[in-house]
Amino acid sequence: MSDVDYRGIIRDGLWSNNVVFSQLLGLCPLMAVTTTATNGLGMGLATTAVLVLSNVLVSSGRSLIVPEVRIPVFILLIATLVTLVDMVMNAWLHELHKVLGLFIPLIVVNCSVLGRAESFASRQPVRAALVDGLMMGIGFTLALVLLGACREILGSATLFSGAPLLLGDHFSFLEMKLISDYKGVLVMMLPPGGFLVLGFLLAGKQLLDLRQKKAATAQFHCAVETTGR
Amino acid sequence: MVAWIKPSSTVPYQTLLVGGVALLASAIISIGFQLTSGDIAKRQAEDRLVSLRQVLPSAPPGDELLRNPVTVKDEAGNDVVVYRVLKDGKVDGVAYQIIGQGYSGDIVLVIGVAPDGKLLGVRTVSHAETPGLGDKIETAKSDWVLGFAGRSLSDPPPEKWGVKKDGGVFDQFTGATITPRGVVKAVKQGLEFFDAHASEMLETSNSGASGGLHE
Repeated sequence: MSDVDYRGIIRDGLWSNNVVFSQLLGLCPLMAVTTTATNGLGMGLATTAVLVLSNVLVSSGRSLIVPEVRIPVFILLIATLVTLVDMVMNAWLHELHKVLGLFIPLIVVNCSVLGRAESFASRQPVRAALVDGLMMGIGFTLALVLLGACREILGSATLFSGAPLLLGDHFSFLEMKLISDYKGVLVMMLPPGGFLVLGFLLAGKQLLDLRQKKAATAQFHCAVETTGR
Repeated sequence: MVAWIKPSSTVPYQTLLVGGVALLASAIISIGFQLTSGDIAKRQAEDRLVSLRQVLPSAPPGDELLRNPVTVKDEAGNDVVVYRVLKDGKVDGVAYQIIGQGYSGDIVLVIGVAPDGKLLGVRTVSHAETPGLGDKIETAKSDWVLGFAGRSLSDPPPEKWGVKKDGGVFDQFTGATITPRGVVKAVKQGLEFFDAHASEMLETSNSGASGGLHE
């Protein structure tokens, strides 16, 4: 499949069409779990797994699925996947499930999974859909970790607290206490704080994008002038 | 205009498609459930034994603890299974499950009580509280529940059995008052339950062949 633009898919997933920062999707699980960077990471990884699987499934069944009934079919597939992931983790990755178990049902309500099935996987070959799911998932994970880290630092002056529970004891070095005598800012741990932080992060991304655009157009004008139109 | 319709745009095809996918999804989930339910039940039994052992420090090793429970009816007529540690023919401690009302649904706890009515310990078994706020009732996240050990219905006095916000002695969490309030209330009720049924729980005369069932 040489006509698939993989670099474009990767750029879209990680930056220019990022689930959180551009599409503003999946905000419900986002606000619920990003009280710490560790929680964000766990939710991000679980969502990535579901995104990849659902994209592959939808893409491989795209010739059978007709537009009129696509939404119920997609939702059925996604809900089945999430239930399976939940059961399998509970049975065979029980320690991890104790940490992530709270978040897994939230993946069903993450509209980005349905969004990718609808706008990408249902029209693209399987391999492209797989890459897209992976990249969107990684982009979502990065956004969750970034937001979680900001809220954690502002809210309780810690970073990656609880990381050994998720990643194993090797990663206990990640756990940091930045200011030892910090009273904590409660609002940052609550959903309103999440929206505040997200707003600033969005503004930051816009600023970067605008600056890049300005630089690009300036370059374009120069090029036009030197070639004499 | 050509007078034929693609089969995929007809209602029967669409109905069959959705029905087929639903059937497939149910089949996959049933198979997944069959494959995992045994292991999940085993893991949960292990978890239960671990939490029972934590609230009953004098429990013997092995799963002897799970073998001679008694069933006690609570005020609402529900059966409560009480696990007991027996030492020299006497009950050295009892443990049972209690349920508190959290911010998002039930909080399942297990408490251990000594024969004199003192709390041996409280542990959270399962809950659906907000990650990062209400989940400090897990020992993995906070030492909060350890603060119950050694308490009894007279320590603190009944009117002080609440979170600090309500004039009690127990800490609430930053951002979450409902969760610890629910837990404190459940633990208090658990102790009252022991108070009301102590004689049934501590009786050992028929813990042998008759199975220790009380009507």
